[in-house]
Amino acid sequence: MSTFLQQVVNGISLGSTYAVFAMGCTLIFGVLNIVNMAQGAFFMGGAYFGLEAARMGLPAPLALLVALIGGGVLGMLADLVVFRTLRARGGHRWMGLVASLALARMMVGIAQEVFGTQVQRYPQSTFLDVAFEIGGVRIQLLQVVILIVSVVLMALLALTLQRTSIGRAIRTVAFNEDVARIVGVPVGRTMLATFFLAGALAGASGMLLGNLFNVVSPFMGEQMLVKGLTVIILGGLGNVPGAVAGGFLLGLIEVFSVAYVSSSFRDAIGFGLIFLILLVKPTGLFSRFEERQA
Amino acid sequence: MKRAMFTLLLSVAVAAGASMTERSARAETPVKIGIVQATSGGSAALYGLMQKNAAELAIEEVNASGSLGDFKLVGIHQDDGGDRGQSVNIFQRLINQEKVSVLLGPTLTTSAFAADPIAQKAQVPVIASSNTAPGVPDIGDYIFRTSPPESMVFPGVLAYVKKKFSPKSAAQIYGIDDALMKAAYAVHKKALDAEGIKIVATETFQKGDVDYSAQLTKIKAANPDILVIGGLAEETANIVRQARQLGIGPSTMVLGANAAISTKLAELAGAAAEGFTVGSSWFIQFDNPKNKAFVAAYRKKYNSDPDTFAAQAYTSVYVFAAALKRAGGISDSKKLRDAIAETKDLDSNIGPFSFDANREPVIVPKVLIVKDGKFTLATD
Repeated sequence: MSTFLQQVVNGISLGSTYAVFAMGCTLIFGVLNIVNMAQGAFFMGGAYFGLEAARMGLPAPLALLVALIGGGVLGMLADLVVFRTLRARGGHRWMGLVASLALARMMVGIAQEVFGTQVQRYPQSTFLDVAFEIGGVRIQLLQVVILIVSVVLMALLALTLQRTSIGRAIRTVAFNEDVARIVGVPVGRTMLATFFLAGALAGASGMLLGNLFNVVSPFMGEQMLVKGLTVIILGGLGNVPGAVAGGFLLGLIEVFSVAYVSSSFRDAIGFGLIFLILLVKPTGLFSRFEERQA
Repeated sequence: MKRAMFTLLLSVAVAAGASMTERSARAETPVKIGIVQATSGGSAALYGLMQKNAAELAIEEVNASGSLGDFKLVGIHQDDGGDRGQSVNIFQRLINQEKVSVLLGPTLTTSAFAADPIAQKAQVPVIASSNTAPGVPDIGDYIFRTSPPESMVFPGVLAYVKKKFSPKSAAQIYGIDDALMKAAYAVHKKALDAEGIKIVATETFQKGDVDYSAQLTKIKAANPDILVIGGLAEETANIVRQARQLGIGPSTMVLGANAAISTKLAELAGAAAEGFTVGSSWFIQFDNPKNKAFVAAYRKKYNSDPDTFAAQAYTSVYVFAAALKRAGGISDSKKLRDAIAETKDLDSNIGPFSFDANREPVIVPKVLIVKDGKFTLATD
């Protein structure tokens, strides 16, 4: 029993990093309907921003803020340089995909030059080693903190989308760009803000994952992008609560496929299950698309 | 005045010309050495960069020593990013266009199996310094390595652990999508079986995984006396750290593959690396004049400590240089190959070095344990 509960803890902990990252993905892919392959690079960038801040001696919450803002700025730059330019020239959606893929590659290349290709870790601290044991289940303080931070970020995003004027603007743009323009929503600025939010979420999750698993490398974003895409498809495109639920679900699926089937089939089972879910429910588990009709 | 100036200029020109012809009369024969090491691409780059550095250092030293007479070693490095497709392209380019006399590398065993046959076909000797899976020199008679295979070091490590701690049960975890780690797993299993240690759990992971908690939770439930990890340094570091975080206590001893030896391991794993045990051909404090000179020169040039693979890459260059001297030239690749194969008790930085009949390195393996964040020689 304690082994089962331990696996639940493992899955939730892994899932919390997926969830934060997927929220950013769903904003861009689902809400703005833009295919942005550089989302994984924002994630990687955020991890390095946080790492450098932590190495300069900033306390963890401030380092997280640096990762958040750093990731957000990367997101805004991507919009300004790539997507806005392409939109202004009437580029097709697929061009954005290729251009953002190129941007991601460039960012990885720059990170390789600046930080080196070797895996780095966050500075050691006694905080990282604190763990509790409850009924044979081991929980690290770090896991709890990361879960709390994730939940706070989720709540903040939900509040921003539902209760603020920028959130209303985002939802209007998501519904229809032309309608948004007619009712006087500044579409360009709204998209820029959305990119900031998505980049910030990616950056924050980069720092969280970098801390939790002790890996910061220029290549860390590539696999994460695949996970992020999976989660938002699972949760329903553009559905923020769906992305959160999907993130935790994917974390649990991965852990339990290792725990009860075989570690060799981790991805095969994880993705196989997702394939099945999509066959049964093609719009994703939690999709209501209500945000698009708002 | 003008005329005097002209004469002066002329005489300078003549003098310069004379010295130029003099230099070309003592023309150096360049001997091109292809260095195929990953300097990008995650885990592979950990090993590749240091090997490239060490090989380039050795090439400089050999050239500066003048021991090769008119031969001048020229290292040409190419980064394969740990991707075997790239290794194949690079081997072809270095062999066909650059006409290299020898190839050092590639970094990963998977790359070696893909690219070495090209060198074998072209009869260009290959000396690897980080391929440790079984069968690499079996690719052909031009394929050598200075890196001892896992099967040469792990049984010695396990025998040491058994004698000292008499473990009864073991768990294994290894990278299933890496030829080297699958091979290491087989070697570990065979050695465990031979020592009569019961294997109570076997888990796998894949390249790029960062979360091993699910596998380690299963292993924890099996409560083994030893945990044997078949992974590269960066993966092993994370597995060790996560194992300790999940509460797999110090009563479970952690053993690793030869490939996990890197200064990066203790750095990434922190305190969790304490007691991590592994077998090696080399260690940094190895008491040998050649090794001390190597470590000092490497530190001076690169401001960091070399690892085992770097030491072996350095050895590779000296093995080749000695063979080149014996062969007396590069025109006959068969003769060059034979000279490399004949390497016997070469006084190297990893101790007396020879190749056996299968082109495998013959060295004295050592048991290393991480203590205070550093690999140290095990005491009996």
